[in-house]
Amino acid sequence: MSAADTTIARNLTTDRSLHGRRVDLAGLGFQAVLLLCLLTCLAFIALLVGTVISDGAGVITDRGGDFLTSNLSRLPERAGVSQAIFGSVALALVVVVVAFPLGIATAIYLEEYAPDNRLTGIVRLNIRNLAGVPSVVYGLLGLAVFVQLLGTDLGSGGGLTGGRTLISGGLTLAVLVLPIVIITASESLRAVPQSLREGGYGVGATKWEVTRRLVIPNSFAGMLTGTVLSLSRAIGETAPLILVGAFFGTFFTTGDAGFFDKFTTTYTALPQVVYQWATDAKTEFNTELAAAAILVLLAITLVANLAAVLLRNRYEQRW
Amino acid sequence: MTALSPTAPAPPLDLSGDPRRLRRERRVRRALSFAGFSSLAVSIAIVASLLGKSFEFATNVDLGSLWTLEKWSPRIGQFDLATLFMGSLLVTAIAMLIATPLGLGAAIYLAEYARPRARRILKPILEVLAGIPSIVIGFFAVAWIGPEIVQRVLTSADVFSLAAAGVGVGILVTPLVASVSEDAMRAVPYALREASYGMGARKISTIVRVIIPASISGIVAALILAMSRAIGETMVVALAAGAFGEARFTSNASDVGMTVTAAMASLAAGTDQVAGGGGAGAGQAYNSLFFLGLLLFIVTLGLNLIGNSFVKRVREQY
Repeated sequence: MSAADTTIARNLTTDRSLHGRRVDLAGLGFQAVLLLCLLTCLAFIALLVGTVISDGAGVITDRGGDFLTSNLSRLPERAGVSQAIFGSVALALVVVVVAFPLGIATAIYLEEYAPDNRLTGIVRLNIRNLAGVPSVVYGLLGLAVFVQLLGTDLGSGGGLTGGRTLISGGLTLAVLVLPIVIITASESLRAVPQSLREGGYGVGATKWEVTRRLVIPNSFAGMLTGTVLSLSRAIGETAPLILVGAFFGTFFTTGDAGFFDKFTTTYTALPQVVYQWATDAKTEFNTELAAAAILVLLAITLVANLAAVLLRNRYEQRW
Repeated sequence: MTALSPTAPAPPLDLSGDPRRLRRERRVRRALSFAGFSSLAVSIAIVASLLGKSFEFATNVDLGSLWTLEKWSPRIGQFDLATLFMGSLLVTAIAMLIATPLGLGAAIYLAEYARPRARRILKPILEVLAGIPSIVIGFFAVAWIGPEIVQRVLTSADVFSLAAAGVGVGILVTPLVASVSEDAMRAVPYALREASYGMGARKISTIVRVIIPASISGIVAALILAMSRAIGETMVVALAAGAFGEARFTSNASDVGMTVTAAMASLAAGTDQVAGGGGAGAGQAYNSLFFLGLLLFIVTLGLNLIGNSFVKRVREQY
């Protein structure tokens, strides 16, 4: 074989690999499969929403406000979610009051104050792992600490929390979302550029003055988004509430109970009602009413998420 | 007070600052560090609340009844852990079979193919899926996955089955797989892609031979974290797997069954048992709740520790 032949053969090989088959079938097929995976995920969302609407919209359109303002009932045509809506909102309130200040303070400590030593490392690792603990385990924590230790007894109430009360449930959810609040708040604190802090120190501000006047305002949007998202997580949690005793069955709320009294009595919440109805033997409950309650739950979660996005867009700071 | 004459030496500057500001500084630091360690208190509380009752359960239970391959029925004192382990294993395996291809496929598409604008729209939608409460996925598993998917594939299956629960949990953890592995792929430096294209490699070869190997620890982390999440998922299984109160041992995914988490939900929802109301095994049923919680805690903690160490490796590499 002559040298010229070899050169030609080599050129042909190069040519083929550069222009070869004009259409890269394998590449296109691969891309199509990947797109299909993504579209399947999106299709599941669409199907889920579609199923819930087709099952539950009837109740909402037929009964309208009546469904939202009625109490729980054994009769499907009279059952409503007013107590559940109150319960979910009140639980969220407890989470806001307890978990947000504590979580944000923890994040500020870890990001701005804590020395970079072994103990801090352990605290950080601990928070990451707490975020991965299954929610049902938090339910056990709530049962042991808030219901039994701080409330006097399982059934009857008394003690600080009064046993199986709304306040116990709210505290359990607060502990559940605490690691998420800490992690998101830490991330937004870390996004504040160091030069801003140095500028503050340069004009003679103390650490807390720099944190309060410069760091917190400039990371506020991120913290707000993270906390609102963790709130929507808290609203949707069911398993811990079952353990700390959100009410199963029907009960009556008297209208004249004071606002604060409601925190120390029997309560229920939207996801709890969904579970209760979905496991009911009657079709009206396990399909139509459960789906209608899900619609209310999704609407509340959606509003919370939308609020988070809008707040982020409103206050977002780009560096 | 006499004015200083211009020739006198200046008094030493007091650089220690306003004592009031310094006092406030110390107070704030103390308050914040107190908050900082609250998370440790939570962990200690979790372990403490699990250990006591678990120990009580372990010392009082008839060890022979823990592994009978018959049934889990705390009401009559039958605590067959094998039933629950097999249930958890089946549900987690099915969930990972669904979530691994869907999540990784979506992640590769978003990281490597999607135009920035498409990505800005698609990613938040995927995050919506991650934000749907698990009870809603549970309802969906009963209302749609059971009859439309599971009963078509496994014709012998009931509407309620471990398979339906597994598919539901799979959908639930897919966004987690997608988001963690997408982050890992996007962390691969662009120079690596350019080097590969410079060698004449096609996009598919670049992804399979360069991007995936370079981000493998992130992908592994995504799968481990998703598995931990799937094992700990409660409400989807409690609704869709169909067993309530008790369950027979089964290794067939088309049967009704129970996982560790579903057993806990069921123990708690059957209020008479947890409240210590009645039944011969009432006390032990209540204790078994904490015993299962402890097992679950240990397994998920182990998986999370391994997963997070993989995530860390991604961060340190580049």
